[in-house]
Amino acid sequence: MTTKLHPQTGFAASARRIGGMVRRHWYLIRSSVPRTAELIFWPLVSMLMWGFLQTYLAQTTSLAAKAAGLFVGGVLLWDILVRSQLGFSVAFLEEIWSRNLGHLMMSPLRPVELIGSLMIVSLIKLTVAMVPVAILAYIFFGFNLLSLGIAFAAFFANLVFFSWALGLISTGAVLRWGLGAESIAWLIVFLLLPVSCVYYPVSTLPDWLQPVALALPSTYVFEGLRGLVLDQTFHGDFMLRALLLNVLYVSGALALFRALLESARKNGALVQLGE
Amino acid sequence: MLQTGARITGAGQVPPVEVRNLRKVYGDVVAVDGISFSLHPGSVTALLGGNGAGKTTTISMLMGLVAPTSGEVRVFGIDMVHNRHAALHRLNFESPYVDIPMRLTVRQNLEIFGQLYGVVDVPGRIREMAEELRISELLDRHYGKLSAGQKTRVSLAKSLLNEPDLLLLDEPTASLDPDTADWVRSVIEDYCRTHLATIVLASHNMAEVERLADRVIMLERGRIVADETPEALIRHFGRKNLEEVFLDIARRRIPETVRPLKIVD
Repeated sequence: MTTKLHPQTGFAASARRIGGMVRRHWYLIRSSVPRTAELIFWPLVSMLMWGFLQTYLAQTTSLAAKAAGLFVGGVLLWDILVRSQLGFSVAFLEEIWSRNLGHLMMSPLRPVELIGSLMIVSLIKLTVAMVPVAILAYIFFGFNLLSLGIAFAAFFANLVFFSWALGLISTGAVLRWGLGAESIAWLIVFLLLPVSCVYYPVSTLPDWLQPVALALPSTYVFEGLRGLVLDQTFHGDFMLRALLLNVLYVSGALALFRALLESARKNGALVQLGE
Repeated sequence: MLQTGARITGAGQVPPVEVRNLRKVYGDVVAVDGISFSLHPGSVTALLGGNGAGKTTTISMLMGLVAPTSGEVRVFGIDMVHNRHAALHRLNFESPYVDIPMRLTVRQNLEIFGQLYGVVDVPGRIREMAEELRISELLDRHYGKLSAGQKTRVSLAKSLLNEPDLLLLDEPTASLDPDTADWVRSVIEDYCRTHLATIVLASHNMAEVERLADRVIMLERGRIVADETPEALIRHFGRKNLEEVFLDIARRRIPETVRPLKIVD
């Protein structure tokens, strides 16, 4: 063999393969203006809609006036969860749509490296989508996400971790059941919208539903946002609970992904995936 | 099973591929039914059989994409069920049925696969491949906009990027015009000769198999029904070419002269 290959094991080898996958998606993102615009479109529409609603309510109710930034902040944080999960899941779906998964699965790329690359791609897509929208939120409604300071870092981290757990579950389902399970990737996060209490406190939910809400890391983020905006109090304990839940969810989702991948290898699904 | 011409690997040499009692069952369907074979370094082996004979499942198990129900697959001595990643950098694969990303350019695709396989000098290797496979003028075009013949050349370039010791080819000349198909066969022949690579070829084109393969493993309903050199198979069946042999086996027209040679019934 005259073509020299780098060592195939170790951190550098994994970083190189993850870099290859990130490069693949970066090429895709930068190659198409409509695709980039699509990333920004829905977060922008949501932010504008909730921002104007908040402006209207602030003129008519005292609570809304006091809670300036609650809706815009809520929608921006919600979109962090949504865009990050979709960034993860859609990057994986791209491999199936392009019938490339077979090549990847028989390349030296390890499943854990594939997951690592999907996480990085989700962050890149999230940045592309949310930075312009956050700037416009400041311009239109005077809401500065970064003014939340350390709280924003805690909110962001918890939402992104949770989005990865959801991404792992949905991509695992697609691996196992094929594109028939694609809708899970698109819908899974929206199933959680009512119980994540993005725009209202947990106490609004019926008693029987509140434990479900409190089992989700996202709920603590939005409760935390309300605490910050309404009472100017940062609830570190909420963030800690969210983090602990995220450890459980991400670990469980990794185990599930691994099990579904093995199951796909057993039932031959890996060689049948495609459009 | 007819096995008069199979070569034997030298003592102490690890076979590139070793399959023992390999079986794959999907529900009630037995896709591969306890097959065993071993390939020799530098050999070109054709896996033949009608639709549903078990070729794709066998190749998928060789690559570790499908887990066997039972049995063993070793590639360069490495267990492909439990430790496949230790071997994958020495393999590659080409099939017209598995695409590479359409919206990326040829160069971008080759860069990415070069990085995945750990090629040290990716741009240099792409230049080399582009010259060998005559794709220099295609490098900055989107893969999705290429013709079938151009796609095959690019796909071959991808499959040779890491200079694999084991190359798995699934119908490499399907849907190509005779001229391009002939050229692709020449590339495969050259690669095998110059790199002493082992090639596993699944094809429905019997002329291609006669030209490229030095061994034919014929599968039917998941079992090996013949394992021979193409010439020996043609001779035993008293036929003019491999296509006629294939039809005989597929239609179960096994001549009396061949029956004693243990064609599996």
